[in-house]
Amino acid sequence: MSAGGSGVPPSILDRPIPRGKSEVSLSAFSFLMSSVIHYFQERVDDVLELEKSLENLGFGIGVRFLELCSFRDRHSKRELKLLSMLQFVSSTLWRTLFGKAADSLEKSVDHDDEYMISEKDSLINRYISVPRDMGTINCAAFMVGIIRGVFVSASFPCEVSAHYVATEGEKLPRTVYLMKFSREVIECDSV
Amino acid sequence: GHYGRGSTNAHTHTHTMAVFSLYVVNKAGGLIYHRTFVKDVRLFDDNTYLRVASTFHGMHAIARQLSPTKGSSGLSSVQADTFSMHCFQTLTGTKFFVVADLHARDVESLLQNVYEVFVDYALKNPFYEAEMPIRCELFDINLDATIAGYNSKVL
Repeated sequence: MSAGGSGVPPSILDRPIPRGKSEVSLSAFSFLMSSVIHYFQERVDDVLELEKSLENLGFGIGVRFLELCSFRDRHSKRELKLLSMLQFVSSTLWRTLFGKAADSLEKSVDHDDEYMISEKDSLINRYISVPRDMGTINCAAFMVGIIRGVFVSASFPCEVSAHYVATEGEKLPRTVYLMKFSREVIECDSV
Repeated sequence: GHYGRGSTNAHTHTHTMAVFSLYVVNKAGGLIYHRTFVKDVRLFDDNTYLRVASTFHGMHAIARQLSPTKGSSGLSSVQADTFSMHCFQTLTGTKFFVVADLHARDVESLLQNVYEVFVDYALKNPFYEAEMPIRCELFDINLDATIAGYNSKVL
Protein backbone atom coordinates (compact mmCIF):
# COMPACT_ATOMS: atom_id res chain seq x y z
CA MET A 1 0.00 0.00 0.00
CA SER A 2 3.04 2.22 0.04
CA ALA A 3 3.08 5.12 -2.37
CA GLY A 4 6.86 5.43 -2.35
CA GLY A 5 9.01 6.18 -5.36
CA SER A 6 6.89 8.94 -6.84
CA GLY A 7 8.14 11.64 -4.45
CA VAL A 8 4.95 11.54 -2.41
CA PRO A 9 5.79 11.16 1.29
CA PRO A 10 4.47 7.92 2.84
CA SER A 11 1.20 8.23 4.71
CA ILE A 12 1.46 8.21 8.50
CA LEU A 13 -0.74 5.11 8.44
CA ASP A 14 1.95 3.20 6.56
CA ARG A 15 4.67 3.93 9.05
CA PRO A 16 5.66 0.94 11.16
CA ILE A 17 4.07 1.16 14.58
CA PRO A 18 7.06 0.14 16.67
CA ARG A 19 9.13 3.04 15.43
CA GLY A 20 8.08 5.59 17.99
CA LYS A 21 9.92 8.63 19.30
CA SER A 22 9.07 11.41 16.91
CA GLU A 23 9.09 15.03 17.92
CA VAL A 24 6.62 17.67 16.89
CA SER A 25 7.33 21.38 16.98
CA LEU A 26 5.81 23.02 20.05
CA SER A 27 4.73 25.95 17.90
CA ALA A 28 2.85 23.63 15.55
CA PHE A 29 1.16 21.95 18.50
CA SER A 30 0.25 25.31 20.05
CA PHE A 31 -1.33 26.58 16.84
CA LEU A 32 -3.21 23.31 16.41
CA MET A 33 -4.44 23.54 20.02
CA SER A 34 -5.58 27.12 19.31
CA SER A 35 -7.54 25.93 16.29
CA VAL A 36 -9.13 23.15 18.34
CA ILE A 37 -10.22 25.66 20.99
CA HIS A 38 -11.64 28.04 18.38
CA TYR A 39 -13.48 25.12 16.78
CA PHE A 40 -15.14 24.22 20.08
CA GLN A 41 -15.79 27.85 21.04
CA GLU A 42 -18.07 28.24 18.05
CA ARG A 43 -20.09 25.19 19.01
CA VAL A 44 -20.65 25.59 22.73
CA ASP A 45 -22.58 28.05 24.87
CA ASP A 46 -20.41 28.37 27.92
CA VAL A 47 -17.01 27.81 29.43
CA LEU A 48 -17.92 24.53 31.12
CA GLU A 49 -19.03 23.01 27.82
CA LEU A 50 -15.77 24.15 26.24
CA GLU A 51 -13.80 22.37 28.93
CA LYS A 52 -15.97 19.27 28.52
CA SER A 53 -15.34 19.27 24.75
CA LEU A 54 -11.60 19.46 25.30
CA GLU A 55 -11.80 16.66 27.86
CA ASN A 56 -13.76 14.41 25.50
CA LEU A 57 -11.22 15.02 22.76
CA GLY A 58 -8.43 14.05 25.14
CA PHE A 59 -10.27 10.94 26.30
CA GLY A 60 -10.16 9.36 22.86
CA ILE A 61 -6.45 10.12 22.67
CA GLY A 62 -5.83 8.54 26.08
CA VAL A 63 -7.54 5.30 25.06
CA ARG A 64 -5.50 5.04 21.87
CA PHE A 65 -2.31 6.01 23.64
CA LEU A 66 -2.61 3.13 26.08
CA GLU A 67 -3.10 0.70 23.19
CA LEU A 68 -0.12 2.09 21.31
CA CYS A 69 2.17 2.04 24.33
CA SER A 70 1.21 -1.50 25.22
CA PHE A 71 1.81 -2.61 21.65
CA ARG A 72 5.19 -0.91 21.42
CA ASP A 73 6.42 -2.33 24.71
CA ARG A 74 6.31 -6.02 23.79
CA HIS A 75 7.22 -7.14 27.28
CA SER A 76 4.59 -5.20 29.09
CA LYS A 77 1.76 -6.90 30.88
CA ARG A 78 -1.52 -5.35 31.85
CA GLU A 79 -1.07 -3.33 35.03
CA LEU A 80 -3.17 -4.63 37.87
CA LYS A 81 -1.90 -2.48 40.69
CA LEU A 82 -3.05 1.13 40.93
CA LEU A 83 0.38 2.43 41.92
CA SER A 84 2.04 0.89 38.84
CA MET A 85 -0.63 2.45 36.66
CA LEU A 86 -0.10 5.82 38.33
CA GLN A 87 3.61 5.54 37.71
CA PHE A 88 2.97 4.60 34.10
CA VAL A 89 0.96 7.78 33.65
CA SER A 90 3.26 10.12 35.55
CA SER A 91 6.43 8.88 33.89
CA THR A 92 5.87 6.91 30.67
CA LEU A 93 2.85 8.85 29.40
CA TRP A 94 4.37 12.18 30.36
CA ARG A 95 7.75 11.31 28.85
CA THR A 96 6.24 10.20 25.57
CA LEU A 97 4.06 13.29 25.28
CA PHE A 98 6.26 15.98 26.80
CA GLY A 99 9.79 14.60 26.81
CA LYS A 100 10.05 14.49 30.57
CA ALA A 101 8.31 12.87 33.52
CA ALA A 102 5.74 14.79 35.54
CA ASP A 103 7.19 16.78 38.42
CA SER A 104 5.48 14.87 41.17
CA LEU A 105 3.05 12.08 41.96
CA GLU A 106 1.39 12.29 45.36
CA LYS A 107 -1.26 10.50 47.34
CA SER A 108 -3.80 12.66 49.10
CA VAL A 109 -3.55 12.66 52.88
CA ASP A 110 -7.22 13.43 53.39
CA HIS A 111 -8.80 10.96 50.98
CA ASP A 112 -7.56 7.45 50.30
CA ASP A 113 -9.12 7.45 46.85
CA GLU A 114 -7.34 10.57 45.56
CA TYR A 115 -3.95 11.02 43.93
CA MET A 116 -2.30 14.08 42.38
CA ILE A 117 0.12 14.51 39.51
CA SER A 118 1.60 17.97 39.26
CA GLU A 119 3.68 19.82 36.70
CA LYS A 120 5.32 23.22 36.83
CA ASP A 121 5.06 24.25 33.21
CA SER A 122 2.17 22.67 31.33
CA LEU A 123 3.03 22.62 27.62
CA ILE A 124 -0.63 22.98 26.80
CA ASN A 125 -1.03 26.16 28.83
CA ARG A 126 2.43 27.63 28.31
CA TYR A 127 1.34 30.30 25.86
CA ILE A 128 -2.24 30.70 27.01
CA SER A 129 -3.42 33.73 29.02
CA VAL A 130 -7.07 33.41 29.94
CA PRO A 131 -8.94 36.72 29.69
CA ARG A 132 -10.81 37.72 32.81
CA ASP A 133 -14.22 37.36 31.21
CA MET A 134 -13.60 33.68 30.47
CA GLY A 135 -13.67 32.89 34.14
CA THR A 136 -11.85 29.84 35.39
CA ILE A 137 -11.42 27.88 32.18
CA ASN A 138 -8.37 25.69 32.12
CA CYS A 139 -7.27 24.33 28.76
CA ALA A 140 -5.48 21.55 30.60
CA ALA A 141 -8.95 19.95 30.40
CA PHE A 142 -7.47 18.37 27.26
CA MET A 143 -4.83 16.62 29.38
CA VAL A 144 -7.49 15.73 31.95
CA GLY A 145 -9.24 13.80 29.18
CA ILE A 146 -6.05 12.02 28.11
CA ILE A 147 -5.32 10.92 31.67
CA ARG A 148 -8.88 9.76 32.23
CA GLY A 149 -8.88 7.89 28.90
CA VAL A 150 -5.78 5.96 29.96
CA PHE A 151 -7.10 5.01 33.41
CA VAL A 152 -10.63 4.14 32.32
CA SER A 153 -9.54 1.94 29.43
CA ALA A 154 -7.08 0.19 31.77
CA SER A 155 -10.04 -0.58 34.05
CA PHE A 156 -9.30 1.95 36.77
CA PRO A 157 -12.42 4.11 36.60
CA CYS A 158 -11.90 7.59 37.96
CA GLU A 159 -12.78 11.25 37.74
CA VAL A 160 -9.98 13.65 36.85
CA SER A 161 -9.81 17.41 37.28
CA ALA A 162 -7.15 20.06 36.75
CA HIS A 163 -6.33 22.84 39.20
CA TYR A 164 -3.92 25.75 39.40
CA VAL A 165 -2.02 25.71 42.65
CA ALA A 166 0.17 28.65 43.60
CA THR A 167 3.47 27.38 44.92
CA GLU A 168 5.96 29.17 47.13
CA GLY A 169 9.01 30.33 45.27
CA GLU A 170 7.47 29.84 41.86
CA LYS A 171 6.18 32.78 39.85
CA LEU A 172 3.50 30.91 37.98
CA PRO A 173 1.07 28.43 39.54
CA ARG A 174 1.60 24.72 39.04
CA THR A 175 -0.95 22.58 37.24
CA VAL A 176 -2.20 19.76 39.47
CA TYR A 177 -4.26 16.88 38.06
CA LEU A 178 -6.45 15.35 40.73
CA MET A 179 -7.58 11.75 40.17
CA LYS A 180 -10.40 10.37 42.28
CA PHE A 181 -10.75 6.63 41.81
CA SER A 182 -13.99 4.74 42.31
CA ARG A 183 -14.43 2.72 45.47
CA GLU A 184 -14.04 -0.63 43.71
CA VAL A 185 -10.58 0.34 42.46
CA ILE A 186 -9.37 1.19 45.96
CA GLU A 187 -10.89 -1.95 47.44
CA CYS A 188 -9.44 -4.24 44.75
CA ASP A 189 -6.07 -2.63 45.18
CA SER A 190 -5.87 -3.16 48.91
CA VAL A 191 -6.39 -6.90 48.59
CA GLY B 1 1.52 68.21 19.72
CA HIS B 2 5.24 67.84 20.06
CA TYR B 3 5.46 64.44 21.63
CA GLY B 4 9.19 64.02 21.44
CA ARG B 5 10.50 67.39 22.46
CA GLY B 6 11.27 67.72 26.13
CA SER B 7 9.85 64.34 27.11
CA THR B 8 13.05 63.57 28.96
CA ASN B 9 14.58 66.42 30.90
CA ALA B 10 18.34 66.35 30.37
CA HIS B 11 19.01 67.54 33.92
CA THR B 12 17.22 64.72 35.68
CA HIS B 13 18.11 62.17 33.03
CA THR B 14 18.90 58.97 34.84
CA HIS B 15 18.48 56.47 32.04
CA THR B 16 21.33 55.90 29.67
CA MET B 17 20.80 53.71 26.65
CA ALA B 18 17.52 52.35 27.97
CA VAL B 19 14.26 51.61 26.24
CA PHE B 20 11.47 53.81 27.59
CA SER B 21 8.33 52.56 25.96
CA LEU B 22 6.93 50.16 23.38
CA TYR B 23 4.08 50.61 20.93
CA VAL B 24 2.49 47.86 18.85
CA VAL B 25 0.44 49.00 15.85
CA ASN B 26 -1.74 46.73 13.72
CA LYS B 27 -1.75 46.76 9.96
CA ALA B 28 -4.59 49.28 9.83
CA GLY B 29 -2.62 51.76 11.91
CA GLY B 30 -4.49 51.18 15.17
CA LEU B 31 -2.64 51.02 18.47
CA ILE B 32 -3.04 47.57 19.97
CA TYR B 33 -0.51 47.80 22.79
CA HIS B 34 1.42 50.37 24.68
CA ARG B 35 3.65 50.11 27.71
CA THR B 36 6.09 52.40 29.49
CA PHE B 37 9.01 50.75 31.24
CA VAL B 38 10.72 53.52 33.16
CA LYS B 39 9.44 55.60 35.99
CA ASP B 40 10.27 59.26 35.52
CA VAL B 41 9.14 59.94 31.97
CA ARG B 42 6.06 61.97 31.13
CA LEU B 43 2.90 59.98 30.59
CA PHE B 44 -0.01 60.96 28.37
CA ASP B 45 -3.73 60.22 28.16
CA ASP B 46 -5.06 57.33 26.09
CA ASN B 47 -6.08 59.43 23.10
CA THR B 48 -2.60 60.88 22.73
CA TYR B 49 -1.12 57.40 22.53
CA LEU B 50 -3.64 56.43 19.86
CA ARG B 51 -2.79 59.57 17.86
CA VAL B 52 0.93 58.96 18.19
CA ALA B 53 0.54 55.43 16.90
CA SER B 54 -1.57 56.28 13.88
CA THR B 55 0.64 59.30 13.05
CA PHE B 56 3.70 57.07 13.14
CA HIS B 57 1.90 54.56 10.96
CA GLY B 58 1.24 57.29 8.42
CA MET B 59 4.83 58.58 8.52
CA HIS B 60 6.10 55.05 8.08
CA ALA B 61 4.03 54.58 4.95
CA ILE B 62 5.05 57.96 3.52
CA ALA B 63 8.73 57.26 4.17
CA ARG B 64 8.44 54.04 2.23
CA GLN B 65 7.01 55.84 -0.77
CA LEU B 66 9.44 58.75 -0.62
CA SER B 67 12.45 56.51 -0.41
CA PRO B 68 14.78 56.89 -3.39
CA THR B 69 15.75 53.24 -3.16
CA LYS B 70 13.41 50.58 -4.45
CA GLY B 71 11.93 48.11 -2.01
CA SER B 72 12.41 50.30 1.03
CA SER B 73 10.65 49.00 4.07
CA GLY B 74 9.91 52.39 5.57
CA LEU B 75 11.11 54.02 8.78
CA SER B 76 13.42 51.88 10.81
CA SER B 77 14.79 54.49 13.16
CA VAL B 78 14.39 58.13 14.04
CA GLN B 79 17.08 60.11 15.82
CA ALA B 80 15.96 63.18 17.73
CA ASP B 81 17.79 65.45 20.17
CA THR B 82 16.93 63.65 23.36
CA PHE B 83 15.62 60.28 22.26
CA SER B 84 15.51 57.77 19.44
CA MET B 85 12.76 55.63 17.99
CA HIS B 86 13.23 52.26 16.38
CA CYS B 87 10.68 50.33 14.38
CA PHE B 88 10.32 46.76 13.22
CA GLN B 89 7.58 45.79 10.80
CA THR B 90 6.53 42.18 10.40
CA LEU B 91 5.62 40.52 7.12
CA THR B 92 1.96 40.90 8.02
CA GLY B 93 2.18 44.65 8.59
CA THR B 94 2.26 44.72 12.39
CA LYS B 95 4.69 47.35 13.66
CA PHE B 96 6.67 47.26 16.88
CA PHE B 97 8.31 50.53 17.76
CA VAL B 98 10.18 51.65 20.82
CA VAL B 99 11.10 55.04 22.17
CA ALA B 100 14.58 54.73 23.59
CA ASP B 101 17.48 56.75 24.83
CA LEU B 102 19.49 58.60 22.22
CA HIS B 103 22.43 56.25 22.61
CA ALA B 104 20.55 52.96 22.71
CA ARG B 105 22.34 50.16 20.88
CA ASP B 106 21.27 46.79 19.43
CA VAL B 107 17.67 47.87 19.45
CA GLU B 108 17.03 45.81 16.29
CA SER B 109 17.78 42.56 18.11
CA LEU B 110 15.69 43.72 21.08
CA LEU B 111 12.79 44.30 18.70
CA GLN B 112 13.28 40.77 17.34
CA ASN B 113 13.02 39.42 20.89
CA VAL B 114 9.89 41.46 21.50
CA TYR B 115 8.45 40.05 18.29
CA GLU B 116 9.16 36.53 19.57
CA VAL B 117 7.38 37.31 22.83
CA PHE B 118 4.43 38.54 20.75
CA VAL B 119 4.37 35.40 18.60
CA ASP B 120 4.57 33.15 21.67
CA TYR B 121 2.22 34.80 24.13
CA ALA B 122 -0.24 36.63 21.90
CA LEU B 123 -0.44 34.74 18.59
CA LYS B 124 -0.30 31.31 20.23
CA ASN B 125 -2.96 32.33 22.71
CA PRO B 126 -6.31 30.97 21.50
CA PHE B 127 -8.09 33.80 23.32
CA TYR B 128 -6.27 36.56 21.46
CA GLU B 129 -7.95 37.87 18.32
CA ALA B 130 -5.56 39.09 15.64
CA GLU B 131 -5.32 42.86 15.09
CA MET B 132 -7.15 43.49 18.38
CA PRO B 133 -5.70 45.09 21.56
CA ILE B 134 -3.32 42.72 23.30
CA ARG B 135 -4.63 41.77 26.72
CA CYS B 136 -2.56 38.72 27.60
CA GLU B 137 -1.05 38.47 31.04
CA LEU B 138 1.83 36.25 29.93
CA PHE B 139 2.68 38.74 27.17
CA ASP B 140 3.01 41.54 29.76
CA ILE B 141 5.11 39.39 32.10
CA ASN B 142 7.51 38.17 29.44
CA LEU B 143 7.74 41.55 27.73
CA ASP B 144 8.65 43.21 31.03
CA ALA B 145 11.32 40.57 31.58
CA THR B 146 12.76 41.06 28.07
CA ILE B 147 12.92 44.85 28.40
CA ALA B 148 14.22 44.66 31.97
CA GLY B 149 16.96 42.37 30.75
CA TYR B 150 17.92 44.84 28.02
CA ASN B 151 17.71 47.89 30.27
CA SER B 152 19.72 46.34 33.07
CA LYS B 153 22.48 45.26 30.69
CA VAL B 154 23.20 48.73 29.43
CA LEU B 155 23.04 50.72 32.66
